[in-house]
Formats: sequence, C-alpha cells, structure tokens
Amino acid sequence: MKEPLRKSVLAVGPFHPLQEEMEFFQLTVDGEKVTDINVRLSYNHRGIEKLSETLQFDQVPFLVSRVCGICSASHPLAYVQAVEEIAGVKPPERALYVRTIINELERVHSHLLWVGLAGHFIGYDTVFMWAWKYREPVLDLLEEITGNRNNYGNVKVGGCREDVPDELIPKINRELDMIEKKTEMLTKAVLDDPVLHARLKGVGILKKEDGIKYAVTGPTARGSGIAIDVRHDDPYAAYADLDWKVISQPEGDVFAKAVVRLLETFESIKMVRQALAKLPKGPVAVDVKEIPSGEGCGHAEAPRGETFHYVRSDGGNRPVRHKIRAPSYVNVPSFKASCIGADIADVTLTLAAVDPCYSCTERIAVVDAHSAVIHDYEELLRLSREKTARIKKELGAPGMKLEGC
Amino acid sequence: MQQNELDRQLSQIRDRLTGIDRKAGNRVFLTCESEHVYEICRFLFSELGLRFVISTGIDATDYFEVLHHFSNDESGCIVTVKTFVRNRESPELDSITPLIPGAEWIEREMHDLLGITFRHHPNLQRLILADDWPEGVYPMRKEVQT
Amino acid sequence: MDNGLLIIEEEARTALPIVNHQSSIINRLRLWSLKKSIWVFHVNTGACNNCDIEIVNLLTPKFDVERFGIKLVGSPRHADALLVTGVGTRQAAKRLQEVYRQTAKPCVVFCMGACACGTGIFEGAYHVAGPVDNIIRQVDPNAIIAYVPGCPPKPQAMIMGVVKALSALQPKEKYATERIGQTVVANPG
Repeated sequence: MKEPLRKSVLAVGPFHPLQEEMEFFQLTVDGEKVTDINVRLSYNHRGIEKLSETLQFDQVPFLVSRVCGICSASHPLAYVQAVEEIAGVKPPERALYVRTIINELERVHSHLLWVGLAGHFIGYDTVFMWAWKYREPVLDLLEEITGNRNNYGNVKVGGCREDVPDELIPKINRELDMIEKKTEMLTKAVLDDPVLHARLKGVGILKKEDGIKYAVTGPTARGSGIAIDVRHDDPYAAYADLDWKVISQPEGDVFAKAVVRLLETFESIKMVRQALAKLPKGPVAVDVKEIPSGEGCGHAEAPRGETFHYVRSDGGNRPVRHKIRAPSYVNVPSFKASCIGADIADVTLTLAAVDPCYSCTERIAVVDAHSAVIHDYEELLRLSREKTARIKKELGAPGMKLEGC
Repeated sequence: MQQNELDRQLSQIRDRLTGIDRKAGNRVFLTCESEHVYEICRFLFSELGLRFVISTGIDATDYFEVLHHFSNDESGCIVTVKTFVRNRESPELDSITPLIPGAEWIEREMHDLLGITFRHHPNLQRLILADDWPEGVYPMRKEVQT
Repeated sequence: MDNGLLIIEEEARTALPIVNHQSSIINRLRLWSLKKSIWVFHVNTGACNNCDIEIVNLLTPKFDVERFGIKLVGSPRHADALLVTGVGTRQAAKRLQEVYRQTAKPCVVFCMGACACGTGIFEGAYHVAGPVDNIIRQVDPNAIIAYVPGCPPKPQAMIMGVVKALSALQPKEKYATERIGQTVVANPG
C-alpha cells in the first residue's frame, strides 16, 4: 500500500451539492483507480438475532424470512434444519421435495433479477426490462403455491405449511418450459455479444486465493473456481435424489459470475421438473411437540451463497441463541479484493457481481483524499454506461437482439 | 477431505482441546480454552484447508462463549471451535482476522454487540450499531432487554 | 394520524375534508401544483428489500407505471413523493429526515409496506427508531403521509395507493386506472 491517504469516515459538509446522505461504501481514489474502501453497515441492522430470542421456535421462520427479501426461502429453511437437528426430527419425503421446489423457483427469479440489474448498470436497459418481465411468471407460480410472491412462510419445524397441489403441476411445467426458452435466448445473447465480452471480461476479478481468504460462497466463489455448493456438499431437502451439476468457472471476473448464474438457472429448472415428477405422496409435515436442549447448525444454498444458522436451545419454548449469517456478509467484504486497482467506471458492476441486496448498491460513493464526494451513485452509473457505449463504438457492434420483448 | 481423514487429523490436536463432541455424524464441536483458539483455527484453516463460515458470540451469564464455525466442504462436516472468555469485566480474545481476513466483520460485530475485545484485530471499529448508539451498551448481553 | 391519509376506500372520502379545512387559497394552489405526472424518490430505511424490489418492479413491462405518469427519479429535489420502505433503523432515521427536508414541498410521503407503516414484525427490536411516520413528524408535524400496507404490498396495491392518495389531494382531477379490463375512476368526490 502507498503512504496512508487521509481517510475520514463521513466528513462531507452540508454545503456540498452532491452529498445527500451518509454512504454505505466510500471508495478512495487516485486518479481513475480505486485505492481503498471503507464500508459502513448499520442502515439495515434491525436486531433480528435478539428478537429471535423473544419468539417461540415456530414463530421464528416468519421473522427470518424477512432478513433478506430475495433469499426469503433459504433463511427459514436453514433455521428450521438447525432446529430439526436439535430435535432429531426428520420431515416427511414430500416436505423435502416441496422445500426443494420452492427454493429452486426462488433461485430462478433471483438470478433473473440479478441479470436484469447487471444489465441496468452497464446501460443495457432492454436486458433489465426483459429479465424482470420473465421473472413475473415465477413470482406468480410461487404466489399460487404459497400465497405470497415473496416471503413465502412455507417452512416450519417438521416440514412445510403449504403443499404443492397436484393439479398445479402441469401449469408449473408449462411456465418452466416458457421460462427455459427465454433464458436460453438470453444466455445465447449474452455469450455471443462482443460488447459484453469486452465490457465484462477481466473486470472485477476475484482471485481464487483471495476468495478463500475472504471465505466467499455461492456464485461469487463458483465464478472464481471455488466449486462449493451446500446442495452438493451437505445435501439437504431432496437434492441428493436429483440429477444436477455444480456450475463453476475459473476466471473470477464479472463475466464468469454472469455465466455461472445463467447456467445455474437451467439447472434449477431441471431440478424443479425432476422434483415435480418424483413428488412422493404423503403428508407435508410431522408434528413436533418439544425442542430438547442442544445446539444445531443448519445451512442452505441461497441464490447468493451459503446461508448459515446456528441455534441453541435449553429445552424451553424459545431459542437461547440464534446466529444468522447471510451469504452477503462474507461476499461483500471480498469486494475489497476485487475492487482495489479497478476503474471507477467498473465499481458499480463489480459490486453488483457479488450480488448484495439491491439497496446496498444504491449506497455507494467515491471520495477523494479529503473525503469530499466526487462521484455519487448516479455519477457512477453514468460512468459505467459511458464505458459500455465507448466499447460498443470501438467494436462497431450493433445492439443486442432480444426477441419476444 | 473425506470424513475419516478429517477425524484422524482432528485427533492430532487433541492435547489442546478440552473436548470433542460429535453430533449427528457431520457436526463436530471442539471445545478449548481461549489461549489455544488461534492455533486451533490456524490448524483447521491453513493446514486442513477448511472454509471459515462465521463466528457466534454468546452471553452465557457467567462467561462469554465464542464459537468459530468451519466447513469441510468435501464431506459436508461443520467443525465448530468453542472457546470461553471468562473475564466478564474486560473480555478479551485473540483475533483470527490476521489469519482469515474474512473474519474481520464478524469480530467487529461481536465487539459492538457483546463488548469483547479482539487482540491484534487490524480494525476494531464500530460496524453495525448506529453512530449515536451509547458506548458501553451491548445489546446482545443478557442484561439488555429488547 | 390527524394529517395522514389512510388508503382505504371509505377513508379516502373522509380525508378530503381534512385537506380542505387546513387549506387557504394559497395551500390549494400549492396542492394543485402537484403535477399530474408524479415523480417519486425511493428511500430505504432498513428494509429486507422485498418492498424495494416490488417498487422497482413497477417500472417493468408488466406494471409499467410510466403510463400513469409515475416516474422514479434519482434525487429527492426533483420528487413530488417519497416512497419509503423499511422500519426506520436508528442509523437510517436521520438520513430519512435529511432526504425529507431536501424534497421539494408539497410532497407526499408513502409508507410502503408493513415495516414502514408501523415497524411490522420488527416491533421492539433494539435498533429500530421508526415507524416512518414518527420519524418524519419530528421534522414536520404537518407532513402528508399515506400508508400502503402489505408484506410486501403487491405492485398493484402500490399503484392503487399512489393513485388514491393523489385523488384525495386533488379532488378536481380524475385519475383513471385499469383493473382487469374495466376502467376504475379513483375519484372519491
């Protein structure tokens, strides 16, 4: 590192025209390159772990489903698995399959969301509109099964609360066929587009050894050649019964992460189809009367990576301690390794590639050595899109063609 | 590594542990006193190549417990190192951040919420509590009510 | 909740007199200046992101709020309304107040979602300074606040909420919205 730059945390006066809010991420720059990052969390901290200790075991899934809206199926699943470990409870087969179906449908809509956002950051708003349009059928399916487009509230200790009605299965398959076709079209468009290759390849590289040091998980890890996936490593729900593969790419750049997410979407669609075909008959829950004292660890592969919950019980009605770790908690710090030395124009994209919650990426600003904001989020977005436009011009490439918009 | 290989390796550090507890086949809890926690984590992370997952801080009334969770992805085993911080007045523990940069945030969080000081931590600043949160109030301690 | 507006069919009617009572000629003129095309700024004060994503969904082809003249802008200075999500955490509360101060008046604050309406499932959590209406009223006791409950509220509910609030504030204007092919005029007058 060079000699230390004067870093003050949030020292921008009320008179600066661009400064409207305290920022999440402050990047310090030297010319056009990023030299340091300071992250301030706290805006989203609500105190959920403490709240969990005041709730009963069967009330907690509703709380943790709202830790993060886009991973809202994986948090309650990881929690419930931890408690089932303590209680020695095994949910019925059908429940395991229903859990798998809901979680994979969530993965499909989450990855499409990400593709849309990444498109938005680089100025491909057609991709944004298109990906989010084709997310909608998945949300509608989830609403038909569980009653809500997000926050499904479908897992409980011992199984699931709502079943997948058999009459709905043909419709789910039809929708999946349509979504698969559209995703194929999108994947082909992304993989073939020379502007995207030039814009995304080599950008925001997270080296494998940095990935290990920062303990990253999910597509952030798999895009850097770290082929870990909880569904494969410590199978839960019905994953051990299904035929699918772990997708990973070695390059570690934003393009690799995009490819991982797109290909995973196909694997998810495959898994839902198989799960629907093999859905065993029977109840979707067993009755659980008491949770004995003990401790358990539950983890699930959320769209962003491993969600880990640790629960300790003393035999009473409520958890004594409930530790929640969302995947972004370990993935976002790795932004430090992938962003230092990068261009300012690539900053929003590199952060987006880690796929933190959407609101995190809104709160990013670049400061100079005196901590005056020189680029706010809108500026960074503009710089990113300008870079794409420049590359497009250099390559003389036409725009991406997406049918059926 | 495979599970039986992992079990064999773990027995190598047996002398620094006060207990090995196996639950449900692929959950292992290693207990140790606080002076050994760094070297055990170093053994698990650098020598065995386990992945760091997260740490949990618990207020167990008479003392604090700090749990470091690691994952052996090849066999799906979660190995948790459980240590005790017995000085409640000024709780301190060696930081594992110099070894595992990924632990930086969680140690800062435990510092904010439980008041544990991590020795040799490169950046033990406030992370998740608000700027105007009062000093000396640690929300995850039992005496603080919601 | 004297100056707030509850987005329920009947309440929108009763809200009208409250708006008229406190109106002098000048206030009426100012309310009319709320453009028919409404520009909104989105603020997250500690939300799980579900409400935020449903707000972004409003722009996408299925809902396409731009055809109602509702536009998401990048700065509160250009906004007629704030779409606020989240419980109002301790750290975000001051930021919200700062954003409110910078928003051109008159403006409507929409509390989107159960958390913003009344802290939702996070009631009693130690880092919550909300709900949003308390935070806003600390800087402006006469703030115009509208509530759209849900967890998250569906995009259709959000659109309906915005349209109803506008109709209640500008009784002379008619706002039309489509619902399953039938035109519904949201005019409580």
